[in-house]
Formats: sequence, structure tokens, C-alpha cells
Amino acid sequence: MGNSDRFFYERYGLTEPDLERYLAAAVSEGGDYADLYFEYTTTSSLLLDESLVKSATEGISLGCGVRVLAGEQTGYAYTDDLAPEKILKVARIAARIASGPARLSTVGLTTVEPSHDFYPVLLPSTDRDLAEKLALVERGDRAARGYDSRIRQVRVSYGDQIRHILIAGSDGRVVMDLQPLVRLGVFTIAQENGNLQSGSSGGGGRVGLEFFQGEQSPEHFAREAARQAIVQLTARAAPAGEMEVVLGPGWPGILLHEAIGHGLEADFNRKGISAFSGRIGQRVASELCTVVDDGTIPGRRGSLNMDDEGAPTQRTVLIENGILRGYLQDRLSATVLKGTSTGNGRRESYEHIPMPRMTNTCMLAGAEDPQDIIRSVRRGLYAVYFGGGQVDITNGKFVFSASEAYLIEDGKITAPVKGATLIGDGPTVLTRVTAVGNDLQLDPGIGTCGKDGQSVPVGVGIPTIKVSRLTVGGTAPRSVQSFQ
Amino acid sequence: MALRMAENSLEHVASGLVARAVSAGATAADVVVREADEFSTVLRLGKIESLKEAASKALGLRAFVGTRSATSFSSDFSASSLLRLVERTLAMAKVTSEDPASGLPAAELLGRYAGDLELYSPDVGELSTDDRIQFARRAEEAALSADPRIQNSEGAWFEASWGTKAYANSLGFAGSYRSSYCAVSVAPIAQNGGMQRDYWYSVARRASALEDPAAVGRKAAERALRKLGARKASTCRVPVVFDPETARSLLGHVFEAVRGDAIYRSASFLTGKLGQRVASGNVTILDDGLRPSGFGSRPFDDEGVPACITPVIEKGELRNYLLNCYTARKLNMRTTGNASRGLAGPPMVGPKNFYLAAGQPPPAEILRSVRSGFYVTELIGFGVNIVTGDYSRGASGLWIENGELTFPVQEVTIAGNLAEMLNHIEAIGSDLEFRSALAAPTLLVEGLTVAGT
Repeated sequence: MGNSDRFFYERYGLTEPDLERYLAAAVSEGGDYADLYFEYTTTSSLLLDESLVKSATEGISLGCGVRVLAGEQTGYAYTDDLAPEKILKVARIAARIASGPARLSTVGLTTVEPSHDFYPVLLPSTDRDLAEKLALVERGDRAARGYDSRIRQVRVSYGDQIRHILIAGSDGRVVMDLQPLVRLGVFTIAQENGNLQSGSSGGGGRVGLEFFQGEQSPEHFAREAARQAIVQLTARAAPAGEMEVVLGPGWPGILLHEAIGHGLEADFNRKGISAFSGRIGQRVASELCTVVDDGTIPGRRGSLNMDDEGAPTQRTVLIENGILRGYLQDRLSATVLKGTSTGNGRRESYEHIPMPRMTNTCMLAGAEDPQDIIRSVRRGLYAVYFGGGQVDITNGKFVFSASEAYLIEDGKITAPVKGATLIGDGPTVLTRVTAVGNDLQLDPGIGTCGKDGQSVPVGVGIPTIKVSRLTVGGTAPRSVQSFQ
Repeated sequence: MALRMAENSLEHVASGLVARAVSAGATAADVVVREADEFSTVLRLGKIESLKEAASKALGLRAFVGTRSATSFSSDFSASSLLRLVERTLAMAKVTSEDPASGLPAAELLGRYAGDLELYSPDVGELSTDDRIQFARRAEEAALSADPRIQNSEGAWFEASWGTKAYANSLGFAGSYRSSYCAVSVAPIAQNGGMQRDYWYSVARRASALEDPAAVGRKAAERALRKLGARKASTCRVPVVFDPETARSLLGHVFEAVRGDAIYRSASFLTGKLGQRVASGNVTILDDGLRPSGFGSRPFDDEGVPACITPVIEKGELRNYLLNCYTARKLNMRTTGNASRGLAGPPMVGPKNFYLAAGQPPPAEILRSVRSGFYVTELIGFGVNIVTGDYSRGASGLWIENGELTFPVQEVTIAGNLAEMLNHIEAIGSDLEFRSALAAPTLLVEGLTVAGT
């Protein structure tokens, strides 16, 4: 399975002269650049609930989006019908953003072969038998129920998709890609003496089903989800107020996504509305922090061979030893900010206009032993698992909600506490990172980012870190909290 | 049997596909079909940033083989593609489990509300591109000229969509309805040292019912300016007043807690509480599918069950859960006509117009009644657990001191438990407005913990 597969040519009879005609129609009223985004996505999902296979779904989404850029303006139209007259029609609609005579002409297209393939899956999951996927969810169900007699409800979900894309630009470049995506999730409810608690775990990536035969098995996720629910049965109220917080490795990297990631997306910065606008070269984190956005990590949910504008993905250094180095750029913002695209122009589907989005956002490992980091905290919170987060990029305030956390008392992890939202200020929170562990982990492959009505799959990663001060949104004020 | 595309009507597409599924071996089937046109524009600092326009269609098929079922979706309505769709859906159905609660509604439950719910207006689709752009332009102009501290904006938006939805099933039900929607919004940036962003919007089913965009712009400016100089508050336990936008989010959590999908799985803090007191005596929450032009109104749900009005909480007592056929069977109750289906997957439970009935006091009176407390105007984050009712979200707003709004607050959280919060709703305002399928007036809730410094 290569990413230069000729899917649209072979299956839909698309030809290079067709592409040239559509592009010509797109730039017929002027414009600096145009692109065509062809997409064919096949999706399937299974749901096992109460040990019954309650739902099996499959679907196909097929269409073409035409974009025209004229200065800082974008014209966009899309169709789910690939008949030539339909695509020409939408190309002319998109063309209306510009005014004036055509200034570009595309003569001759070159298919650009990407230099890498981050997801060389031999047999895409969508070509595997339903029975194999069923076997995975059933294994998850059995393992979760078998974990503890207090587990009352188990829901296991499996979803996959294969996306074929072809992007043709008025600069004559054509790229193609075949993007797999797989995800398994387990949700459990535990009950004891009328107390109900929940837990969830999952993972996947741009991989095939064989991914689940190793450590990241259905049993692994099932036991995790069950364990979390059981832990919550004895959780007490979380503390309220500012305190030291230690974050565990992996999914707690959502801190980076919310605290700085969105604020560094170049569309906000070209508009001057981000708390990070105009701050390139300034200190925004402690020297211990180096944060990158890397779309080139093999097999990861947030990785891509090229972005949805056809630009190659890369590893972009956002913060280097605490200094802000760069933004995440797409074509439009790079044009406005006089830079180059960092390969972060993404779109949810052919129905959407691309904009700067993250890929896999990670903090690099430091030198400390995670155990030493915990031992260094007299009273604080140790948070290891999170739900989601959100940010106001203008004032920089961000939140992420801990779903599994413990008190740290005199350097030891003690009682589990109920979920609480942590809130902080993006441009300053990383200046309070006073320890960075040597245990970098990436999240297991469960992240979806929403921005401006568009969802895209993303990844995060972080080692164990200590933040000297963060507000914990619990219900037990410190004076009442038994920090004994 | 070949599908006759010449009919060109969505109901025919739906019922034709149902018939095809049945003749291929389905013991029952239903189909949802949607067709829509959309338009959106973003303006910034008076210039068009983007213009987007499209027409789209898609359908979803659910096929039963006994009590097994599967679903599929596609935007390709060609006969050959639909044939493949039917085959694959039946093949998947055979792999799912027998589930006695699954199936179409009993025939006598099917029907449609006969009146006109005023869901569609041609004026939305008939607006010229320039008129549409003008809505956004006027909103932004008003925001930018409201105060010298507003010099920038994230943008102003105008969005519109209009289309038809059809549903048919193998019990002979076939129906369709049109709807339209338009919205104007603007997000100005206020700056005085630090920057703050806020927004305001107007939504309607007809263009003529949109608020004056200049008024939208002025209100957006006011909200952004109000945040300037915001600081953290101290950690404390105080009364919290929720403005209608944030109060609506609480209604959203209550909806999640009364949905049949959560109830039969014991995944809600309101499980097993029918007939019990679950909220303060001043709380009445209704789910109304008949409200004219309501964003949650429709003549029949996504299983062909007619719209109705369901009391959910009456003077604090839990009267009804919201159900579709599946969850009704699981709970041995009757569907409340809340089946809601995306194209992918079986019907879930969705709200109709789900709202908290207005109280007497105007919001200003509620604020005056608070000696020291927090007026919340924005909430962020997802820290709500419907299983346990645990609640913890990021918040911004204004501090209340001696009944007056004082300094703006940011970077705090509010936390509590929804079950307790419902029982501590001490005041409900008179300012109920329907700006979405969920609606609530200003609310005063006692006993939340504000976490700040």
C-alpha cells in the first residue's frame, strides 16, 4: 500500500487534463492559488454494550472541495458528486472570491512522491473481516468484566477509517495519500453500595489491526478502564485552590495542546489575537521545556505524510529551552506572515477550509527520575489521566480536566481524588515547570481536537513534570482538606 | 427492482431504499435522507476573509434481520451504489447480536404533527450574497466603533443553511419536512494592556427574524470590554449566578442525565429517581417539540413518532425520562418521541426544545439579592461526569459584592455536584430566550466552590 496509489484515476476516471480544467475554472476570475481536494473515506464502527453487539455501521464519504486564494481571502465550494460539470460548477463558485482576469494558468501537472510513509499498513483494517474486529471488542468486554466483580457496565467501541486523498494545486503539484486510522475504546461503570463511578481507556493510531496484538491489546485497555472505575469508588473530594501539580507521562500532554498549542496556531497570530502574538524570541517557559509539534512520528494518530494542503509535514520546534521559536503555519498564514508553511494546514474533510492545526504536540524528555519528582512535593496533586481541555487563546486561560488524580502528601502518593478541572494561563504556566522527567510517553491514540467546527485527530506527549503552581478546581477548600 | 431516480423527491428515495432492503431480505428497515444548501462568510476588519457555498445530500439506512440490525450511510444515490449499500448492511446485520429491545416503533405510535411548525422560510435561501455579507459587516462595524479599546476582531460571521429531511420505514411511514437556519455573530477583541475576547450572536429560522446586526455588534463589544482587567478570585464557597448562556449549559447536563441512553445503563446520577424530588421546588423543565420555529422542533422524530411536549421535571419532581423506542423498551416505558439520528449509527436520544421554565424576578433583582458571590458569563472545559454528577469547569465572569457587579474574574473554576446543584437553585429569572434547542433564564445556585488563589 503506497501513498501514490492511483485511486481516483482508476476508480473515478479522473485524468490530469480534468484536473487542469478544474484548476483553470478555479482561477478564471483571478486569484493567487487554487487547489482541489478529492477525498474518499470509508468508515466502519462496532459497539459492544451489555455484552451485545448492538451496532455495526459502515459508510462512505466522497467529494471534492475547491479552494481559491486571493490575497488573504478564501473562496470555497464543495460537491459530493464527482461529475465534471459539478466540479466545474463549484470551481466557478469558489473563483468568485477573486475579481479580475485570470492571472495563473496551470500547464502540466507533476505528481510529487512523498519521501516518507509514516503508515505503511499492509492490510488496511477496512479490508479485514468484521469477525476479526468483533473478536477484539469481545476480548475487551470479557477482560473488563473479569477485572473485578464490582464492574457493572462495560461498553467497548471499535472504529476505523481509510481516507484516500488527492490534492492538486495550481502550482502544478499533485500529491496523493492513503491514510488509515483505527481506534478501540472501553468505558466501564463500577458500583459499590450505591456508589457509581466510571473509567475509560483506549488507543490506536494510523495502524492496522495487528496493532492490538501487542501490548496495546483490548485486554490492556479494558483493564485500564476497569481499574480507573474501581479507583474512583474510594476517591474523595479534590482540593480547591492553587498548589503544586505533578503530571504523569503521556495523555496529560494535553496540557501542551491547550496551554500553548492553540495559541501558536498562525491564524490567530496573523490576526494578532493570540496571547502569544508578537512574542517570538521571548521566554514563555522554563529552560527545562522544549516543545515540538511533530507530524512525522510513524503510526501515530496525529501524524500525516503531508498536510491537507499537500505540504510535507515536519517536526516544528515551538519552544526551545523555554524560548518561543515559531508558530504552526498553513499556506495562507505563511503568505501573510511572510514565512513558510510548517505542514500544519489541515481540514476535517473536503467540506472544510484548511487552517493551522496541531499534529503530535510533545515536550521532550528531561533528566529527572519521575520518582524523585514526586518525592520532592510536600503537598500537591498527582494527575495521571484526563478527559479533555479547552482554551481562550486571547487571554491565554486554559483548562484540562483530570479524571484520575491523587494527593501527594510529604512526597508520597496517597488518596485518590475525584475528577477536577485544572486551570492556568498559557504564556506563564510553562515558566513554572520546575522538573521534567526522563519518561516521555505519547498518548495511546485517542485525541480529537475541535476548532471552529472542524474535528481532526491529534496526538500529545509529555514526560512526568512538576508545575509549581496551578489552580485545582475541586470542592474541598485547603483549610478543610485533610493534608495530614 | 430498480430505484426510480426520476421521482426526484427525498421521500421516494427513502421509501424506495426501504423497499429495496426488504426485498433483499431485511425483516424491517428505515432510512433517513437529508439534502441541504449552505453558505457562510467570515469578515474581518471590514474585508471578506472567506466565502463558502455548497449543496450536499446523504442518506442512512438501518436494516433489521429479526432483532439484529446494522446501519450504513452514503452520499452516493446511484442505483448501483445503493444496491451495494443494502447488501453490505444486511451482511453486517447478520453479525450483530439479537437484541430484543431493538426494532421499529409499533405501528400505532407512528405519525406526524399536522400543524405548521414554521421551520422553513424561503427568505434565508433568497438572500443575495451581498446581503449576507452585509449582516456580518454591520455587526463588526458596530463592535469596532463601540469603544476606542476595540481595534481588532477575530471576525464576524454570517451562516445560513436550508434543506429537506425525509424518513421512511417498512411499516409504511414516509414523511419529509423542510427547515432553514441563519446566524450572524461577531467576536471583537478589547485591549487595554491585556487582550480579552468575547462574542455575541443572533440565530433564527428566517432572515427577517435575526436581531439587528448592529445591536449584536454592540453587545459583543460590551461583553468583551467587561472582561478587561480580569483577575483571579480567592478560593471560597459562594452563591453563583449563571447568565442565560451559561445556565443553558447546566440544562444541557440535565438533558444528558435524563436521556434514556444513560438511564438504562445506570450511567446517570438521575437513574432510578422517577417520581422523586430531584431539584428545588421552583424548577420545572419541559421538552417541547411543538414550539413554532423552535430549533428543536420537528413534526416527527427520526423514527417517525410525532412531536409532543414532555414534562421532565415538574416543581422539582422527576416526571419523565426522554426516550426513543430502544431505550423505552429497555426501561419498559413508552417512547417520548426523542429519537435522533446522525447519518451513521442507530437512533440515539436528542432534545426537542428542552428548557427551564422562567421565574418571576428580573435578572437584576437576582443579582441584587447576592451579598457576595460570582456572576458567571463564560464556562470552558469538559469536567462534567453525568454518571456521578461531579462538576468542575473553568469560569469567567464578574464578582458580585453587595448586590453590585464589581471586578471581572478569570482563571477560576467552579465545582460541585449536579445532584446538589439542582436542589440548590435558589432563584430563576424571567429572562428566558430560545437561542438554541436548549434554553434557560438567569439562575442562582448556592453552594458551589470557586477555586482561584
